[in-house]
Amino acid sequence: MINRAQLKLPDAERDHIQGVIDAPIALLEYGDYECAFCGEVQPIVREIQRRLGDDLCFAFRHFPLTNVHPHAEHAAEAAEAAGEQGSFWPMHETLFANQNALDDESLAEYAAALGLDETRLIQEVISGAYAGRIREDFKSGVRAGVNGTPCFFINGKRYDGSRALESLLAAVSQPATII
Amino acid sequence: MAISTATTQPKTATSPKPGQGHPYKEMYFRSRRTALPPGADAPDFTLRSTPDQWLTLSEFRGQPVVLAFYPADWSPVCGDQVALYNEMLKEFHELGAELIGISVDGAWCHAAFARDRKLHFPLLADFEPKGDVARRYGVYRDKDGVSERALFVIDADGKVHWSYVSPIGVNPGADGILSALEDLQNKQAMPEAAEK
Repeated sequence: MINRAQLKLPDAERDHIQGVIDAPIALLEYGDYECAFCGEVQPIVREIQRRLGDDLCFAFRHFPLTNVHPHAEHAAEAAEAAGEQGSFWPMHETLFANQNALDDESLAEYAAALGLDETRLIQEVISGAYAGRIREDFKSGVRAGVNGTPCFFINGKRYDGSRALESLLAAVSQPATII
Repeated sequence: MAISTATTQPKTATSPKPGQGHPYKEMYFRSRRTALPPGADAPDFTLRSTPDQWLTLSEFRGQPVVLAFYPADWSPVCGDQVALYNEMLKEFHELGAELIGISVDGAWCHAAFARDRKLHFPLLADFEPKGDVARRYGVYRDKDGVSERALFVIDADGKVHWSYVSPIGVNPGADGILSALEDLQNKQAMPEAAEK
């Protein structure tokens, strides 16, 4: 289980991170691949990463709302399964770019397109091989005060402002000003 | 922030005018905080849970109950909030608790909302007399005709263990509920410590 101190911060030991863990700015997203708002914010996250470069460490944790998003759990498992084959982030991008097609058949296609072992991936998805880890992400999010998706934590503080690029960029660039 | 809006607002603007920008601030007046505090007896009630079923709070005596008052079915924040709690049922049940949602919406409205969102916990209709239960818990908004977005954790003896009123447009999440339920569980495990 993620310890309390790490609920709102990237954890290099277990999280999928982009950038170095001791970067001055830590941006942690709790998200759901079938959530339209999460999909909309992805290009903004990418742009923030581009602008801040090495100053930013970005991490993603799963927060699937499975009753309203029937494909969210398997999509998250597909990302984890791809991660086991060294391709978490390419699958992460692919899933957000294809939010309307997240059925198992499509997940297998994406795995194949990324050059992964699709049979292994889909077997792991169907057997729920990473369900425990995803639930751990979810529970840590609830503990951290996540109340919907996407939910961002900037240097350990929940960001409740607008998800427009200017707002998020301003908050990330000046983490001390987050209230 | 207050200073900058004061200079831009026309002098004729008088309080309590709903705020600007945020839809909930437009819709709802500021509330007084009068929720029943910890230690109070949780008022018993019987409300419709479906068009032909009723649910009584005291039936749950012996286990903790989470009462989640919310303003209205279908409104966006409620949607997120109930969706979150729906996903959290396993955790609530592991802590021995039942979750109950309450709003002033009628039982048929609740039925449609619960079906649409695939909810697995009861929604009670505080519909007639309207908002009576919310009033008794101190979380009714007279001017708006809806309840606050308020959470109560009621212990096995029917007393309020924890209560929280969220700003009406803000989803309170579930961390406070989980902490309160864990606190109850710890007290149950070590009753002498709880007695002090």
